Amino acid sequence: MMTTVLASVVPVAAVNWHSVLFLLFAAVACACAVAVVLADNVVRMAFYLVLSLASTAGLFFLAGAEFVGAMQLMIYVGGTLVLLVFGVMLTAQAPFVAIKTSPSDRVLAGMVGAALLAVLLQAAFRVEPWRRPATAAVAAPAATPIGMALLGVRADEPAAGVPAAAVRSGYLLPFEIVSIHLLVVLVGAAYLARAKRRRTPRAIDVAASSVGPVVTARQAARSSASALVPGGGR
Amino acid sequence: MSLLATGLPFAAVPLVAGLLSSPVGVAHYLVVGAILFTAGVVCMALKRNALGVLMGIELVLNGANVNFVAFSSPYLRGEGAASLGLDGQIIALFVILLAAAEAAVALAITLNFYNNHATVDIDRAEDLKG
Repeated sequence: MMTTVLASVVPVAAVNWHSVLFLLFAAVACACAVAVVLADNVVRMAFYLVLSLASTAGLFFLAGAEFVGAMQLMIYVGGTLVLLVFGVMLTAQAPFVAIKTSPSDRVLAGMVGAALLAVLLQAAFRVEPWRRPATAAVAAPAATPIGMALLGVRADEPAAGVPAAAVRSGYLLPFEIVSIHLLVVLVGAAYLARAKRRRTPRAIDVAASSVGPVVTARQAARSSASALVPGGGR
Repeated sequence: MSLLATGLPFAAVPLVAGLLSSPVGVAHYLVVGAILFTAGVVCMALKRNALGVLMGIELVLNGANVNFVAFSSPYLRGEGAASLGLDGQIIALFVILLAAAEAAVALAITLNFYNNHATVDIDRAEDLKG
């Protein structure tokens, strides 16, 4: 019934399909983000997060940032969330799949969240001059200028108010820094998450034990750590 | 009950009709970004599972990304208003890359915590308490 009423109020020719798609993706993104907060099961939280981030990629496409949207789908949804789901699977023992939060914490977090949302929405609605009736703006594909900018050459139009002859910096140095950062982070993550238990003793441990009843430094550290941590030996 | 079942949709009709027929502006995107950001902050504060806290961080970064892309969009720009242009999209790309790096390290730390303590409940990570 609501659709028929809507059809009588808004003729089909007046419907802005860009707005319709925006509302669809925005509703899915926001609803799934709230569902991530409300869900207790960590597997469902991961699923809702996938839906929310994928809908955000749709919002990026609608804003004309098709390269960022594609990267969002490939890196975030395809890479980061697969990593998170692996983490969920590796730690999904029965007591940890659904850890309950106490109701008083929920109420407190809801109040703080509502206050934060009120402040942010007030700020969002104050950017009035940015609204305008959409003319038929045609934007060039952004992938080539982004690639040129990452190589240090700016190929896009300067923004209004910036003289055309002004030197605008490219992004070659941040690109290099981020690539080194990713390399260091991946080496560090592999080091942190390496398997510590060896099924076969190393040659150096065998040699040390054949010399005498010497406790190796690794075993000493492990026994002292399990003595310090209550329940750490489980 | 019948008033709720029939009156509420009819009251929402002008609002929805206005949203459907008017173009989308930057403010719409900012509202979506604000909701994602708030959901992420509440998720970080509320979850006791370490992976839930990680998911909250992803939501916060994503909300910031929505704002960057909205301010750089050529479709939403005001006539005389300044725009981030291509810079906003490149910053959004860097945020996505750094979020991937952050997720890798945080997951490694979580797995290490799980190996040492046999739990992922962050309320039990209290070894450093004095």
